[in-house]
Amino acid sequence: MEKTRLELFRGTLDILILKSLIWGPLHGYAITGLIRRQSDDALLVEEGSLYPALWRLESRGFIEAEWGLSDNNRKAKYYHLTSEGRRHLRAESKTWEAYAEAVAKVLGATQPPRQETT
Amino acid sequence: MKKIPMWRRHDRILGSDPKGDLKAELRLQVECKTEDLIARGWLPEAARTEAERQFGNILAVQLVGERIGEHMERRRRISEYYSEWSQDARYTLRILRNNPAFAAVAILVLAIGAGLNAAVFSVVNTMLLRPLPFPQSHQLVWFTAGKSFDAKVRTAGGLSAETYTVDVFREFQRTNRSFQDVTAFQTFYNSLQYKLTGAGESRQVDAVEVAGNFFPTLGVTPLLGRNFTEEETLKGGRPAALLTHYFWKTQFDSDPNIVGKTIDINTSPAAVNGPVTIVGILPASFDFGTVFAPGKKVDLFVPAVMDFWKGWGNTLAVVGRLKPGVTAAQAQDEADRLFPQLKLQNKDWYYDYASNLTTLKDHVAGKLQRSLVVLWCAVGLILLIVSVNLSNLQLSRAATRSKEFAMRRALGASRGRLIRQLLTESLILSLFGAVVGFAMAWAIVYYLAHQRSIALPLLTTIHLDSAALSWTLVIAIAVGILFGLAPALRISGTNIQEVIKDNAAGLAAGRSHERFRSILVISELALACLLLVGAGLLLRSFLRVLDVDLGFNPSHAAAMQTDLPPAANKDQLVQRADFLKSEIDRVSVLPGVQSVGIADMLPLDRNREWGLASVGRYHAKDADTGALVYLVTPGYLQAIGMRLREGRDFSWNDTPDNQPVIIINEAGARREWPGEDPVGKLAYGAGNKPSRVIGVIADVRESALEQNSSPEIYVPMTQNSDVEGATLIVRSSIDPDGLATSVLATLRSLNPSQPATAFRPLQALVDHSVSLRRFLVLLVTIFATLGVLLAALGIYGVISYSVTQKTQEIGVRMALGASRGRVQRGVLAKTLRLAIAGIALGTIGSLGAARLIASLLFATSPWDPFAFTVMAASLIAIALLSGYFPARRASKIQPMDALRSN
Repeated sequence: MEKTRLELFRGTLDILILKSLIWGPLHGYAITGLIRRQSDDALLVEEGSLYPALWRLESRGFIEAEWGLSDNNRKAKYYHLTSEGRRHLRAESKTWEAYAEAVAKVLGATQPPRQETT
Repeated sequence: MKKIPMWRRHDRILGSDPKGDLKAELRLQVECKTEDLIARGWLPEAARTEAERQFGNILAVQLVGERIGEHMERRRRISEYYSEWSQDARYTLRILRNNPAFAAVAILVLAIGAGLNAAVFSVVNTMLLRPLPFPQSHQLVWFTAGKSFDAKVRTAGGLSAETYTVDVFREFQRTNRSFQDVTAFQTFYNSLQYKLTGAGESRQVDAVEVAGNFFPTLGVTPLLGRNFTEEETLKGGRPAALLTHYFWKTQFDSDPNIVGKTIDINTSPAAVNGPVTIVGILPASFDFGTVFAPGKKVDLFVPAVMDFWKGWGNTLAVVGRLKPGVTAAQAQDEADRLFPQLKLQNKDWYYDYASNLTTLKDHVAGKLQRSLVVLWCAVGLILLIVSVNLSNLQLSRAATRSKEFAMRRALGASRGRLIRQLLTESLILSLFGAVVGFAMAWAIVYYLAHQRSIALPLLTTIHLDSAALSWTLVIAIAVGILFGLAPALRISGTNIQEVIKDNAAGLAAGRSHERFRSILVISELALACLLLVGAGLLLRSFLRVLDVDLGFNPSHAAAMQTDLPPAANKDQLVQRADFLKSEIDRVSVLPGVQSVGIADMLPLDRNREWGLASVGRYHAKDADTGALVYLVTPGYLQAIGMRLREGRDFSWNDTPDNQPVIIINEAGARREWPGEDPVGKLAYGAGNKPSRVIGVIADVRESALEQNSSPEIYVPMTQNSDVEGATLIVRSSIDPDGLATSVLATLRSLNPSQPATAFRPLQALVDHSVSLRRFLVLLVTIFATLGVLLAALGIYGVISYSVTQKTQEIGVRMALGASRGRVQRGVLAKTLRLAIAGIALGTIGSLGAARLIASLLFATSPWDPFAFTVMAASLIAIALLSGYFPARRASKIQPMDALRSN
């Protein structure tokens, strides 16, 4: 199975994590799974960057952790969004969309920009 | 996500384990991945290896996690602590608002403690701790001559025995190697009287003559203008003056253009006459008086013309600035070698001028050290009493709050949390107290700094600074912890159940509380005892000092500076005598005036030393023949109230042509003519020819009230021209102030240039002389009174509380037939027991502590039984008084009410 590996821009991982938690509490492995499935296997989050990002988000108060039992009855650390995290996610996704739109405009351009009139 | 069932929570039973959690989280990741891989057909072994490979450096991630975890933990703890603290603080403020009486008493008591401490600290800081207000002031050294004399002779010699001749000063200045420079000022400020003329009515100005290098050596730069030039310090040089900042401000309205202008100054006897150029203005920070002559006001400085003073004997006070790196001990060492060496080269020196070198700081503050330390200890004791008192107050309040605390503990508050709550309360109270106290200290310090009448050096420079502020804060925090901790520990330690149930068993805790409080009261009383004994001893010394026979009578007499015509030769001396006689005659007939006389110097003021050696008696070479000398007119002895023991007073017939005469005091008679009648005998003292002793007066306290008289000689102004100023003494039957204008007018009619000067009551001399002692006594007495009041408050609190606690018990007793009197006596007896225990403890302490102030006492034993008895009696009386009110309340208890209520 061939996977496309997309480099995640700094800060992007954070909002992906926050977004994935919007459906409910998840543990770390489940988060990677969710992101992978949601992106049709396009985004693969590496463990080495996932966990530090998770902990940083926790220390900034955007998510909180709680121990619970996973589906296969294992003890797992579940993360859920705080209201502050929700706010952060809203703000960040707006920024991200504006950014993506701008990038898309540039890349999708079919003709050079018109001369600016001064 | 499912909740973890109870039985699977066992692994955290011993508290949290962040590292373990971290590992578990990462392990789960690997396991989940492995399972996924197996599900996709991998072999278990290979799946696990692959999962771990995909993870990469698991340890590094773990480390990052640990770091973040620690960081979070720290932040959480701080924010938790802060939120708890602000909770405590809010709660405290609420409690204080609800108990305004308690808050007010506590804050006031604290403010007294903190305020007094801050104020005394400022005084101590200024006089003992802070360097003098000169750059590199540690390099400044004060010279005291007369090291080779024994102490008694040295004090007998007065100022003359501590000062230097111009020759000695110059030689030392030239030959020493330890000093950057050595400078001097002229100590007999009044030998020349300065008058400011030409600007309205002529007025007396106070000038000090200083060596040309005086200000550069001290490191004082003129605010405006310049220092004296070499030329101005020479004989015949252009007269110049530097004004003090204060004089410039008051006399010349701070006019900067005054520099370079001339003012008319006349001196008598004439050394300067006519225009003097103002070459500069000194900075406000330089106050000659505060450092060198406490209480003295100086208007201007003029160069001491050394060639003029050359023939005048010991007149110069010497100050040196050490070279960098040279210690005072090294300089002393050099001086010890140099002075005898110089004496060998200069045969005409009076003696070898072996000198004691002390840092200027020690010279200024040395004598005060013990007094200030005593003051400091006294306020320290006050502070202790304050803490004990507040401890007590806090305890009694806490007792009424014991249910609240028990409830909080029952609801899960830890003991530490309760202690913190109580400490927060006491710290907040202390901080409030510190703020109020600081304001109080500011007022005290402001008051002290404006007391010119207290002869304390540097007093006018006292102010509250950041050091005093930090000291107040340190004290507040220390007291807060001190008075908060003991009650906090005790209260939080009480048994919850007993308190909540509030049954008889709770009384056991109450008893132990009461015992603790009794100990507090006893220690409070003991501390108050120390203060009272100290104050008593000092007060008694003070009264003894005031009781001393001065040898003159300061009441109803006043002094006024007057002008003298020059007397360079015999004819002029005769003219001067005539002038003085007419002055005295005219003033004598003014209504209300009883007697009038003129002297060059007054007792308890400055003095100088000549000699007294009886003719015909063998004097060993090194025998002490020094005697303080006063030039006086006929009538002076009567005017100042000195008592002639035998012989006669001077008369206007004692002219230069007649036999030179002197009057001596009893101390002089005892030394020179032991066992004989000195009247009619001859002695060398004034002038080259022997003088005849015509009278003996009772000893006069001439340098300090505490010091016995040294030999003195009185020389008639009619025969000797060598005066050190002239002061008119008027004894009157009415208030001297009412006479001032008429006396001045009379003097003016004879001498139009007589400057306007105020009458100075002679009592001011005595007051000035005892001002330091009065200052000390006043403060210590105030402290002792406060201490006793606080102790009384403590006793009242404890007894009152115990009566409240025992209301039921007392009710039962009364129901069983105890009389009111009996109940009252019981309470008073308890008070008395506390008082006696405290006094016993305090007496033992005082017996030891009194020795420390022995050197401050005068004619009073440190174990003065009177002071101790009065202390004990007054403390018992105060204790009984503060026990009386609760006792009366106890006796008014209605048995039925007491039994019904709970």
